Parts: sequence; structure tokens; C-alpha cells
Amino acid sequence: MSEYLISLQNISKDYNGTEAIRNVNLNIKKNEFLTMLGPSGCGKTTTLRIIGGFEYPSSGKILFEGTDIISLPPYKRRVNTVFQKYALFPHMNVFENIAFGLKIKKVEPAIIKQKIDRILDLVRLTGYEKRSVNSLSGGQQQRVAIARALVNEPEVLLLDEPLGALDLKLRKGMQLELKAMQQQLGITFIYVTHDQEEALTMSDTIVVMNNGLIQQAGAPESIYNEPVNAFVADFIGESNIIDGIMLEDYQVKISGKNIRCSDLGFGKNEPVDVVIRPEDLKIVDETDGVFLGTIKSVTFKGVHYEMMVQAHDMEWMIHSTRMRPTGMKVGLKVDPYDIHIMKKAAEE
Amino acid sequence: MVTKVLKRTYILFLYVFLYAPIIMLALYSFNNSRTRGAWTGFTFKWYLAMFQDRQIMTSLYYSLIIGLVGAFIATFIGTLAAFGINSMKPLPRIATMNLTYLPVLNPDIVTGISFMLLFIFIKLRLGFLTLLLSHITFNIPYVILSVLPRVKQLDKNMYEAALDLGATPAFAFRKVILPEIMPGVIIGWLLAFTLSLDDFVISFFNTGSGVSTLSITIYSMARRGINPKINALSTLMFVCVLSLLVIVNIMMSRQKKGVKIKEETR
Amino acid sequence: MKKTWTAYPYILWMIIFTIVPLGLLLYFSFTVTSSTGTIFSLDNFRRFNQPIYLKVLFRSLKLAGVSTILCFALGYPAAMFLAGRDLKHRNTMVLLMVLPMWVNFLLRTYAWLTLLERKGLINTILGAIGLPSLSLLYNDFAVFLGMVYNFLPFMVLPIYSILSKIDRNLIEAAEDLGANPFLVFLKITFPLSIPGIISGITMVFMPAVTTFVISRLLGGGQYTLIGNLIEQQFLTVGDWNFGSAISTVMMAIILIGMGFASRYETEQEGSGLW
Repeated sequence: MSEYLISLQNISKDYNGTEAIRNVNLNIKKNEFLTMLGPSGCGKTTTLRIIGGFEYPSSGKILFEGTDIISLPPYKRRVNTVFQKYALFPHMNVFENIAFGLKIKKVEPAIIKQKIDRILDLVRLTGYEKRSVNSLSGGQQQRVAIARALVNEPEVLLLDEPLGALDLKLRKGMQLELKAMQQQLGITFIYVTHDQEEALTMSDTIVVMNNGLIQQAGAPESIYNEPVNAFVADFIGESNIIDGIMLEDYQVKISGKNIRCSDLGFGKNEPVDVVIRPEDLKIVDETDGVFLGTIKSVTFKGVHYEMMVQAHDMEWMIHSTRMRPTGMKVGLKVDPYDIHIMKKAAEE
Repeated sequence: MVTKVLKRTYILFLYVFLYAPIIMLALYSFNNSRTRGAWTGFTFKWYLAMFQDRQIMTSLYYSLIIGLVGAFIATFIGTLAAFGINSMKPLPRIATMNLTYLPVLNPDIVTGISFMLLFIFIKLRLGFLTLLLSHITFNIPYVILSVLPRVKQLDKNMYEAALDLGATPAFAFRKVILPEIMPGVIIGWLLAFTLSLDDFVISFFNTGSGVSTLSITIYSMARRGINPKINALSTLMFVCVLSLLVIVNIMMSRQKKGVKIKEETR
Repeated sequence: MKKTWTAYPYILWMIIFTIVPLGLLLYFSFTVTSSTGTIFSLDNFRRFNQPIYLKVLFRSLKLAGVSTILCFALGYPAAMFLAGRDLKHRNTMVLLMVLPMWVNFLLRTYAWLTLLERKGLINTILGAIGLPSLSLLYNDFAVFLGMVYNFLPFMVLPIYSILSKIDRNLIEAAEDLGANPFLVFLKITFPLSIPGIISGITMVFMPAVTTFVISRLLGGGQYTLIGNLIEQQFLTVGDWNFGSAISTVMMAIILIGMGFASRYETEQEGSGLW
């Protein structure tokens, strides 16, 4: 018995010579909420479709509880999928849609009825059984799609950007609902999205992908706080990414200034990417600042102000709850542990 | 694997079924023998005979004249109508569109007979004119159906922008509107021309006074049995229709691309 | 840019050349002319209600019905193949299916004459391998063949166009929920393709009922369908009233059928011809 529910081992997939994903290795634990995050075309959906059985990988293995399921067609896998555009059957009503999987398994009608009652209660659509799926709102269709998958009690639920078509407010609500459902049912969720906020809100584990490669996998906090490269740093939250030179351990040169940092282990005078989160830059008096600059623009963002500061040859993005007027001369300060040093991405 | 082979075989069989008769017909148009069974040598004599056949040549002449003139008039009326229909209120528009679909849906034989009744009723002698009028009538709906989508797509502001920039309405129409709808108009014309050449049933009931189109000539010859001259004629007609279709298809795919680009830049 | 008036010539034209002629057709079918003048009468329809004419009507309906079923049986698998995911030259294959539709149908029908006749290719081949020659022409078989040959693409095309528009995700969703390929077809693909089937049936059945050319060329001079009956009344017998009545009956059948079918094809506007 393997300790992981699903193991992807060296999975690659190419379409007519262009590689969609390369050497993906991923272990998924039981009851985990795992999110694959990345820009469109990064290979996250392809990975999901390979787990679902809709794509056949060019090479590699998928172990499900230790046995290879690569040659199993989708209808023999114990996973169910919630599709991006829901894929509800237009010629069936809500009840028939949800009952589809159960009827195929030849579950008794009375039990089907029972199960559907329960699942409709869970997705808060009781009383909608006879409704045509085309008459439902986006959020309701979404919940039917989830119910249709969940009613089969799969070991794993695959969700392909299920909230992409919903408006912001509905999306926020559904995020919390999905997370609650997952905890209540104890099912493994594999979730695909390009929305970093969504990923941070819901996941136990985030897998950041780009160009068909896994960039980083880990808990949301560690991905946000310790991004392994500039791509991850840029994709998760907003960042100032600057070229720097690592002079020696704990010393980095940025924009002409030598600054203390908390990183070590780089070569002497190695060029690096330096990432500083906008909320980690503090605006202080001119005399106290490491960098000196002028406020170029101020934008109100609701919770905070976003200010662009021109300092020497650099433009910094700063988030702060206190507004400074445009044109004001200010100093900028950053704590050593808020400076993230990353190796330059290898040129492809 | 097995199902794949089965599928391929099936579809191959179907295409053979669809094309074998046409290809055989074309092959036999070069056969020296009058009877179809045996191949007795390659010849162009049926083509020669066809070109010397007065009946075939006059009906070709009538087919082309009616096709060309009819398609032009139908395109003119239909294109104007498309603009008018587009600016109608919903109710009259639906009524007019139903009127447009009526001859498209009605069986050809009923359409043909009703035309004939009209012409005899108004004491118009069946012949060239009645043939032309009936061809125009059954062609206009097809022109409208191919021009209307283009007119609907027109950006109203473009015409107004042209006027705003100092163009006269006539100039704006020629330089702004016309280029936009032209692909639809040309396809409508080609469609009308092709349908006109292709029509038999409606022509059959509305001709007289010795005027005959190719379709009618073919029918009367085929009713008497095989005639190698028809083989030659058929082959030529296949080739013409084929090239026309290729042209239409190329134009349509260009038009689609154009629309796509427009959508992308929006 | 209000220029509704540009449609007026067209509307006038259509009233003169479509509404008035159909009105004349109705007028003739509901009247009889004798030496005393023209009077309103249902006699023409009563006459059509006789066994000899009803037999022709039923024969036409039966022939068209069987041809439609044959076209469906042959055409549905073909449409599925064309809509298949793994097809390489899809556009070319579809174009090849459409092309014969644009060849003059007289010529398409005539082409079979040359294959089926007593000294035609098929009998020549049979003779060459020592089999007796068959009489293939001027019977039901030849007419069926001509109908299926002429109308098959009209069945394939609308079904193909619906099948190729079915959201791939729906198929995947059904597989995901445990349906094997057969069940996917039965529960998803087939029900979703019904609008295409209906419009295919319409596009085959309607012209098949009204044809008089295929039956004349391949069925011979004695072979009478309702289309031939109409043609005879107008061109040989000269009984316009009776001919108009038969035309009216046929038009009613077709338009009612169309109205019935159009309830099912709300989405695909005029996709038929292409």
C-alpha cells in the first residue's frame, strides 16, 4: 500500500511535437486539496486530463493506490470531473443529469432518489430536480455539475477552473463552499486554476506550473513567502523583481546599493533575481531610507494605496495603507528577511 | 483497430458509390463505341458531335443567357431587398422572411406549375421571357439569404463616420458599404447562376416556343435512352460546376477569415 | 440609415410571382369549369380520393419513406465518421460529400442509366464472368437506387453538421461518469443529434415525394408517382383543375411536414444547403 493516493511519475505529453508537459512528478495524498496553478498553456489542464483519462501521456506512469491506471479508459477510473464549462447534458433535466452516473452503475431507483436528495441538499438546490439545465444561472449550473460528479462518491474529484465563468462575488462564495464540501466529505480534490488568490484561499497544497514544468509545490504559505524563482514570485502576488548581484553571503547589490539580506550559498558576484513584495517596502523619512526617490503616482486600491516610487534607475511598487502625495521625496526601507534572492532562470 | 478498418472500408464504399457513376460517365464520353459495355478506343468524336449539334448549342446559349441575366437581376433586387429587410421592424421582417422562405421550401414542381398558371392567366406566351422571369423569382431568395448576413454585420458607425469625414452618401456607399458586402453579393450571384443552370423542373413547365435550356434538352434526350453526346456534355458540365464550386469555396473561406480577423481585433 | 423602401420592389415582385400564382393554384383546385361557367367545387379533391389515385399517392409516400430510411441507415454512420475526432482531411472529405449535390441531378440520374441498362457496364461485367444478365432498369430497384444516390448527401450533411457541433466535453463528461462508448452513443450522441436527423429526413423525404424525373428516367414511362401524375394532368391531359388539386394536396403535405420539422430545428438556420 502506497502512502500516496495518486502518483504521477515522469509524465510527459506532446501534441505533434510540441510538449505540453515535461517530466511531471507529483504525489497526491488522500483527502488533500491540491491546486495546480499557472498561466494558460502551462500544462495544468493537460495534467488534469491525463489523471481523468481523457489524454494519454506520451510517457510516464500514473499510480492509483499503487497500481498503474494508465491504460484504463475514463469510464473505468474512480475519479470524476467537474468541467470548465460544466458540460451539463442539455437534453436532460437536473435530476437526470445527476442520476446519469448512478443509472449507468444500475443503482436501484429508490436509492438514486435518496442520494440525489442528499446531494441536492448539499449543493443547496433542493426543489430544482425537474428544472431544465438551460434555465439555471451560472452558479446553479456549476453546483449541478459538482453534484453530478460528487453523487458517484469518487475517490478523487477533478475540477478544471470550475469557477472561471462566474462573477467575482459568486466566485468568492463558491470558493468557501467548495472548501467546506471537501472537508465535510473527505474527498481528494485536484483543482486547476490560473487565479492565485483562489489557490491561496482553498488549497492544502499548491503546484505552480509554467511551460509544462512544475516550478514549485508546497503549502500556500511557503509558496508565497519563499518562492523558488522569479516566475513563482511574480505569479503569486505582486512583486518587485530586480536584477541584483550577490556580493557574498548576506550581502546583495541592488540598484547600486549594498544591502543586507538573509540568503547565502550563492557564488561570489553571481547575478541573481531579487524579489521584494510591495507590502514589504516601507516608506520612511528621506534620511532613514536605503533608497531615495520621488512618488510618481498613487492609486487607491480599496484596502491599500499602490504607489510607484522612482528611485535612481529603479521604479518600485509599494503597497501601504498611508497615502503620500505625488511628487513627495521619500526614503525606502526593507528588512533583510523580506528580500528574496533567487537564481536566475536558465535561458531556454 | 478492427473498427477503424471497418470504418475506412465503409466510407470508401460510400465514396465509390457516389463517384463511380459520374466517373464512368466521363470515361465513356471518350469511348469510341456507341454501346456502353465495351471500350473500343479513345475518341473526341462525341465532343465534336456535341458542338455540331444545333439543339445542344442553342440550349446552351439560352441556359447561359438566362443564367447570366437572371442572376444579375436577382442579385440587384435581392441586394437592395437585403438592406430594406435589415432596417425593417421585427414584425414586417418576419413576414418578409417567411415570404422569402416560401419558394425555397415549396416543392419545385408546385412552384413551376404555379408560375405556369400565372403566365397563362396573364396571357404571356411561354418562352424566353417566362423562363427568365421564373428563374429570377426562384433565385432572389438565395441572393437575400447570402447577402443579409453581411448587411447585418455592417458597422453602422462606419457609414456615419464616412459622412462625418465629408463623404457624400453616394460616395460613402460606394467606398464603405459596398466593399463590405461584396463577398456576400458575389456568392449570391454565383449561387443564383449555378442554381439557374441546374434547374430543370421549373424550366420544364415554363418554356415553350422552341426555347429550351440544357437541362430540358438533356431530359428529352435521356428519355429516349443513352446518347454519347450527353456523356460529353455532362463531362463538360461537371468540370464547369466543379470549377465554379472551387471558386465559391475559396471565396467563402476568405470571407470567413476576414470575419475572424475582424472579431479578433475587436 | 432607414431605407426600408429598398425592399419594396422585392416584396412587390414576390407578391406577383409567388403569392398570386399560389392563389391561382388554389383557385383552380377549388373550381370546376363547364359550359355554364366556373363554379366553386370540391369535385377535384373528391376525384383524387379514388383508389387509383390514392394508390399513386401511397406508392409515392412509401417509395419516399423507404428511400429516406435507406438514406438514414447509410448516412448516419457516414456522418459519424466525418465528425470523428481522428479524421485527418476532414474538410476535403466533407467537400467530397457535398460535391455531387451540385452536379445537375438529371445528369446524376442519367449516369445510372449507363450503368444499369441491358448493355451497360454491370451486365457487361456479369457477362464476362459468365453470369446471365439482369434486368436492372425500369423497376422499383432502379428508382430506389436513383433516390438514394441523389439524396444521400442531403441526409449526411445536416447530421454531420449537428454531430460536429456537439461539445466534446459532453462526451467526456459521460465517459467520466462511467458510460462506455456504446452508452455514450445511446444516451448522449444520438439524442443530441435528433435535430440533424429531422432536418435530414425532411431534406430527403420532401424532394423524394415530389420527384417525377427519377421515376420517369429510371422507372420507365409506365412508372407513375404523384409527381408524374401532376405532370400528366398539366402537360398531357390538360385538366388544370385536377392537376392543381393534386398539387395543393402535395403542397399541404410538404408545408405541414416542414412546419412540424422546423419545431425541432430552432438552432440551425439554413445550414441545410451548405
